[in-house]
Amino acid sequence: MSASTRALLEVRHLRKTYGERVILDDVSLDVSAGDVVCLIGSSGSGKSTLLRCLDLLEPVDDGTIHLDGVEITDPEVDEKAVRRRVGMVFQAYNLFPHLTVLENCTLAPRRAHGVRRREARTRALELLERFGLAEHVDKHPDRLSGGQQQRAAVVRALCAKPDLLLLDEITAALDPELTGEVLDIVRDLAAGGTTMVLATHEMSFAREVATTVCFLEGGRILEQGPPAQMFSDPTHERTRSFLKRVLAP
Amino acid sequence: MGPGGASTASPWTPSERELERRDVRRRQRRRSLLVATLMTVGVLGLAATAIGTAPGWQRVQETFFSYEDARRAFPAILDGIWLNIRLFLVCQVVILPLALLIAIGRGTRSPWLAPARVVAVVYTDVVRGIPTILLIVLLGFGVPALQLQGLPNDRTFWAGVALVISYSAYVAEVFRAGIESIHPSQVASARALGLGHVATLRHVVVPQAVRRVVPPLLNDFVSLQKDTALVSALGIFEAVYTARDYGNFYFNYTPLVLVAGFFVVMTVPLARLTDWLQRRLAERERAGLR
Repeated sequence: MSASTRALLEVRHLRKTYGERVILDDVSLDVSAGDVVCLIGSSGSGKSTLLRCLDLLEPVDDGTIHLDGVEITDPEVDEKAVRRRVGMVFQAYNLFPHLTVLENCTLAPRRAHGVRRREARTRALELLERFGLAEHVDKHPDRLSGGQQQRAAVVRALCAKPDLLLLDEITAALDPELTGEVLDIVRDLAAGGTTMVLATHEMSFAREVATTVCFLEGGRILEQGPPAQMFSDPTHERTRSFLKRVLAP
Repeated sequence: MGPGGASTASPWTPSERELERRDVRRRQRRRSLLVATLMTVGVLGLAATAIGTAPGWQRVQETFFSYEDARRAFPAILDGIWLNIRLFLVCQVVILPLALLIAIGRGTRSPWLAPARVVAVVYTDVVRGIPTILLIVLLGFGVPALQLQGLPNDRTFWAGVALVISYSAYVAEVFRAGIESIHPSQVASARALGLGHVATLRHVVVPQAVRRVVPPLLNDFVSLQKDTALVSALGIFEAVYTARDYGNFYFNYTPLVLVAGFFVVMTVPLARLTDWLQRRLAERERAGLR
């Protein structure tokens, strides 16, 4: 990679600890526009923490993150401005229960991005319809199924037109059937060129959509590469044993 | 330990950039401390000069802030405030379980307990509708006049009963709000484990509800501390009545300011204590949730 074409996201030597426990240890990662980076690894390997650090939800203890060439780990950076460019979807949906699906989706555009009411509404409705939620727009989240809620959560993140979308095990709370409907959306977004970093346990999905797969263990990226190589011919012994465990029928 | 070897490979020392960032953060902290100090001193100073240069300040200072009178009234006020404190402590201990019982009574679903439900609703509605001072006067003067056998005829006792009645109605509503705010899934999972209605309430719902309503509970208790002063309507020598008595005799109202100071000193530690308790609970229970 030449120096002139900087990646959209550059993570260098990231370190994160909770007291004595080291959660992320010297993590480096490049994400270019249009990339779909899948983070795999067992629970507690640091996938979620890495995503939360990228969205500045957790302060880092060392290392740097550059977004579009600007260091966002700088203490003087405008965190809100950074988060306006980055979308995040959580494992437990985290929809606001007191707002309808539509209101959930228009909240950030209207209150954080200063989009006009009508415009925010139009865009939200368009996206909700595209992802099959047209009939649920005026319902409150708790009335919907898990899959519908998670789809609504993805739409909520998309309504803010993020340059980068972070997905934190968004299908972990769903059954296989509902998982399918949520992954369809992500597949759709990947095909449309949305830049994404996602933590996932869905290996076949990762193999299908990822441009890069990273295997995390003990807070380090042990190995990364294109899915074809990672899944068929991993170089690291640990990666091999992890894949053997999760891919076992 | 877990997988051996790998974790000891790189002893970490903060990078140049991290050290720089720490410097910046330190500067940011210093700057906000400076701004906070300047703002506070500025605003308070302005307020002090505004009051100090007011034309009537001299008179006010003599009548409300006289050191001589404060010293002379101090022992009597201290006796009075001690009564307020005892009244508050005893009432609080009675109110908490009583209010919780009323709140639970209101939430029962069993047809057998319908009377409890009715009583709880009527009690909270009626009692909250009556001004506390009226309850105190009615009970404090009325009940001793009945000369009931076996019950104390002391006005202070009945004033306490009035406070308990009044406040347990308010506190019951606070508890009810807390109980209703616990998500139904918590009840469902307790039921699924085979717990009965009472056990579910006692071990699952109420502990969570109580934690959630600590701030409004504190609100009511600070309010109760101050409302012990309403007992003065019965001519009982608690702090406010003592101060008023002094004022009527010497035409100096410094003791009233003194009493106000005592009340503030009483409430602040309570507020700090609950803040601390809340923070400790939050740290313990939310540490894992990220």
